[in-house]
Amino acid sequence: MASMLLNSMRSCSVSHSWAMRFGVRSLSATAPLQAQVQTKSKKTLARPGVKNIVLVEGVRTPFLLSGTMYVDLMPHDLARAALQGLLNRTGVPKDAVDYIIYGTVIQEVKTSNVAREAAMGAGFSDKIPAHTVTMACISSNQAMTSAVGLIAAGQCDAVVAGGVEFMSDVPIRHSRKMRKTMLSLNKAKTLGQKLSLIGSIRMAHLSPELPAVAEFSTAETMGHSADRLAAAFGVSRVEQDEFAVRSHSLAKKAQESGLLEDVISFKVPGRDIVSKDNGIRPSSMEQMAKLKPAFIKPHGTVTAANSSFLTDGASAVLIMSEEKALAMGYKPKAYLRDFVYVSQDPKDQLLLGPTYSTPKVLERAGLSMSDIDVFEFHEAFAGQIMANLKAMDSDWFAQTYMGRKSKVGTPSMDKFNLWGGSLSLGHPFGATGCRLVTTVAHRLKKEGGQYGLVAACAAGGQGHAMVIEAYPQ
Amino acid sequence: MRQYICVRERDYVCDSLDYLSLSQSNTDRCDMINQDVCIYVYGFVCVQVNTLSLQMQSELTEVMGEIWSNGGVKSAVFISRKPGCFIAGADIKMIQACKSSEEVTCLSREGQKMLEKIEKSPIPIVAAIHGSCLGGGLELAIACQYRIATKSNKTVLGTPEVMLGLLPGAGGTQRLPKMVGLPGAFDMMLTGKNIRAEKAKKMGLVHQLVDPLGPGLKPAEERTMEYLEEVAVGVAKEIANKKIPLTKEKSFMQSPVRKKIYKTVSERVQKQTKNLYPAPEKIIECVQTGMEQGSEAGYLAEAENFGKLAMTSESKALIGLYHGQVACRKNQLGPPEKEVKKLAVLGAGLMGSSIAQVSIDKGLTTILKDTTVDSLSRGHEKIYKSLDAKVKKNEMTAFERDTIMSNLSIQTDYSGFESADMVIEAVFEDINIKHKVVKEVEAVVPSHCIFVSNTSGLPIRDIAAASQRPENVIGMHYFSPVEKMQLLEIITTDKTSADTLASAVNVGLKQGKVIIIVKDGPGFYTTRCLLCVFLECIRIFQEGVEVQRLDALSESFGFHTGLSVVADEVGLDVALHSSENLSKAFGPRYEGGDLEIVRLMVEKGFRGKTFSSGLMYSSLHSDCSLKMILCVCCSSSDSDIQLRMVSRCLNESVLCLQEGIVANPVEGDIGAVFGYGFPPSHGGPFRFIDTFGAERLVSTMRRYEDVYGNQFTPCQLLLDHAKDHSRKFYN
Repeated sequence: MASMLLNSMRSCSVSHSWAMRFGVRSLSATAPLQAQVQTKSKKTLARPGVKNIVLVEGVRTPFLLSGTMYVDLMPHDLARAALQGLLNRTGVPKDAVDYIIYGTVIQEVKTSNVAREAAMGAGFSDKIPAHTVTMACISSNQAMTSAVGLIAAGQCDAVVAGGVEFMSDVPIRHSRKMRKTMLSLNKAKTLGQKLSLIGSIRMAHLSPELPAVAEFSTAETMGHSADRLAAAFGVSRVEQDEFAVRSHSLAKKAQESGLLEDVISFKVPGRDIVSKDNGIRPSSMEQMAKLKPAFIKPHGTVTAANSSFLTDGASAVLIMSEEKALAMGYKPKAYLRDFVYVSQDPKDQLLLGPTYSTPKVLERAGLSMSDIDVFEFHEAFAGQIMANLKAMDSDWFAQTYMGRKSKVGTPSMDKFNLWGGSLSLGHPFGATGCRLVTTVAHRLKKEGGQYGLVAACAAGGQGHAMVIEAYPQ
Repeated sequence: MRQYICVRERDYVCDSLDYLSLSQSNTDRCDMINQDVCIYVYGFVCVQVNTLSLQMQSELTEVMGEIWSNGGVKSAVFISRKPGCFIAGADIKMIQACKSSEEVTCLSREGQKMLEKIEKSPIPIVAAIHGSCLGGGLELAIACQYRIATKSNKTVLGTPEVMLGLLPGAGGTQRLPKMVGLPGAFDMMLTGKNIRAEKAKKMGLVHQLVDPLGPGLKPAEERTMEYLEEVAVGVAKEIANKKIPLTKEKSFMQSPVRKKIYKTVSERVQKQTKNLYPAPEKIIECVQTGMEQGSEAGYLAEAENFGKLAMTSESKALIGLYHGQVACRKNQLGPPEKEVKKLAVLGAGLMGSSIAQVSIDKGLTTILKDTTVDSLSRGHEKIYKSLDAKVKKNEMTAFERDTIMSNLSIQTDYSGFESADMVIEAVFEDINIKHKVVKEVEAVVPSHCIFVSNTSGLPIRDIAAASQRPENVIGMHYFSPVEKMQLLEIITTDKTSADTLASAVNVGLKQGKVIIIVKDGPGFYTTRCLLCVFLECIRIFQEGVEVQRLDALSESFGFHTGLSVVADEVGLDVALHSSENLSKAFGPRYEGGDLEIVRLMVEKGFRGKTFSSGLMYSSLHSDCSLKMILCVCCSSSDSDIQLRMVSRCLNESVLCLQEGIVANPVEGDIGAVFGYGFPPSHGGPFRFIDTFGAERLVSTMRRYEDVYGNQFTPCQLLLDHAKDHSRKFYN
């Protein structure tokens, strides 16, 4: 979760025109976007006695900078758009789904079970139960794995999972003192009591309470923690800026080549049709270098431009047991295989989720780093990604902090976030997970890989990783 | 991939132990001045803390000479190689080695000159501070042009000289006021308090803060130091390039305002020190001289006063206490066989809950057991409140508070005791209740579990008599309020095993205590000495001396609060109870004041502030049944009254040493000062006798002996010291 501060700073930071003139000076400029379809020599991860669970389809609304086109909506509007998009794309009958699960982080208090509100508006049968989960930036991952759990347990056959985040409007509350007075006012019986309560209101009562951008347990903002993490791993400003430029350039390329097929068009009520993400802004290293640090001043390295920005967006996926999908005549996109959740120190290792989860999930699946063809890691901050890469490449770190014999190794940059990432496409906290999984499925197909790996960090010092296997063509 | 390099590292091999004495030095140099920042990394390999010693001063002078003569160096960074310590102060031994005040003055002049050179350095110097930056360390830092500090908990800045009866003697009294303003400077120098980095930034003491890092590719602390260095080097370059302007000195107040400040501060100091400590006044004098007559006069005054102060008995006493306190915080016994991880405290009263509090915040899982839910609830609330107060003051987060509280469980039964490693009882001081508790506890705890009694006077061997495993029984005498009082008196019996003692010491140190280990006996050490004073007070009081006068006399002798207040804090009933026990044990030596008075007062239900409010005095005089006890015949002069109060306790202390109750004079002094408030300005009973003279004390006591009897009979060890002038408790 990036700081709210970032939003305004970022919008005035880098211009589009520069982007075109300067190419990518990135970690990997040679992205094999049109790679040859390789021959399948790898084994399948199917295990006897374990149900095959498949991703049938995945869609998302365009991810927009908060405060732009979606500004007048509510969270369930976005979620509904994603659900409708899924219905349209799959043509699944509105009563064929057994359950709906949504992930979200900053809850709109009026629609706290946003899954249910969105599902009904999207036209799903009102007989389909729905619930909402929250796990910071891996909320929709949690929604998907909950769906996997329901199917694996034989309770459901078809589940819609998704996520939504709407940062254009957040619940800003009255102060605790004011709330207390107002609640007492409800109970006051006589006019005298009411007047004395009203009379007790002071200026201090009127200062509003913004939703906490900080980690609750440590009171540290995430950007601040990311800056410290980057410093701890010796990640330089230039490395971070380069990675951010890479993300934006790759996203731009993917967008222009029409690779982002999970994006659906959305006619925003009262406005035009939105069909593209609007946060992709490749710029030059010189432009990037001009920005001042956003969190640790004056010597920090995390800036508005190398962090993910506040985003509005929603995503949805249709998950089924393989039998059910085939019975309904679908051609699944991918198998959802092993997944893990991890958690660690929320102060000094807040954003190291991928480092901890990657070796664990690979071990479960019996794979090694080199078996993976497609990596999609959540990019909270460029510094966070670089720190994770360095941690994954360190035997000392693996031995000292993870209790492992040796490092897991770093993903090859030629396979890493090739269609952009959260830094460039945007990061609606609750919705990113589904985007990652869908992108892996699409990339596996496009690039002809067999295994994909999703990994993400989340507030609270938590993390997640999932192995995805291509569905036989 | 360091681009800037002129690293200079020196390793000193020295003969261990805390406040250093360096024997040989082993210089390892690496001068590569190919860039324009010189990083001066200092630190001694086998010393726990860096101090500004003679050796370091000369090294610094040499290094600076080289830097200044090298035209290529445009800026410099000072950083310690020792994580957790910038420089922890001047080398105290260096001062102690001086024989005269002139010598010390000379030391101070040299320090001043060196730091003045640094202050006027043609190239900017950045002090990169992580860990303690105290005394001489702070003086060095504020002589530099720019200061960067880590936000770590370990980083503290301060001028603790006043606590050693000294003053910042290397230009500190002159520089600090310019840096943080007069009120801030006085606050720092007169209280000697530690200032955290954030506060220092607000005060203008440091310019920039650096966040401590978590683990990366190296351990957290190591990486934090590197990071600090990187940031400092960046800043040094920018200062040299004039990208970062150096801040100007604080603008000064008008002279009438300054005068008013001097006056207010002097008055407050006088009120607090009661002229017992000379250092604060000298500090004010130095600052005033510097401000009003120019820095030349200021430096001179500072050096001279520094010399004078170093020779005072107060300073020597305070330095002695400092060393003693450091020694009593060390674990000389090594780790116990089984570390105590789970603690149980019986009794959720003031004592019990406080003991639980200082345990849970150090990570010990603690059960607090009491017989009633009400007292458990009160105990829990007391702990929560005091932690919550820290949250409100921003000293800890609410999350840390909750985590600490999660170490505590409150209950009325013995469940969970089967896995307790140590049980501390803080139940009512009655041998029968203690016996009952011992039996109950031993029925449920594992066989390795240690039983600790927090009694202030009952002999541990008597309590252990009820135990199946007397080798596991030990006394830990905490002082109230436990969170504030640093002392812990650990009492061993003949049967207490060495491992039990090691466990107790370990727990005590974990709880942050200064520990003295004493032998078992009625009243142990501290209670025994304190009650001597108490009994004599009662007698003086019976002689018709008012409480106010008694308090004034005890305070002017150096007791922190009037002795009547001490008596009230202990509680008259407790004092009576203990006095009776001790009289039984020691006979006539524990006579003096008629305990009948106290007994009647207790019977009449006088509690609380009975003594100090004068209530006792007035009621005695109005109550006919009591009046007859008073013998109105006090012919003692003020100094006689003081010496009467204190000489009995001095004698008792020496007797404790003679009997082997306390192991050595250091622990005896620490116990007296930290336990019952023996005047720190005198450094404790043993140092007082050394200073006052054993012979003089004996002859004084003989005089009192003639009048009052054998309570004033000097013990053998004291007589031995009186006979032989060369015998001292401290050499």
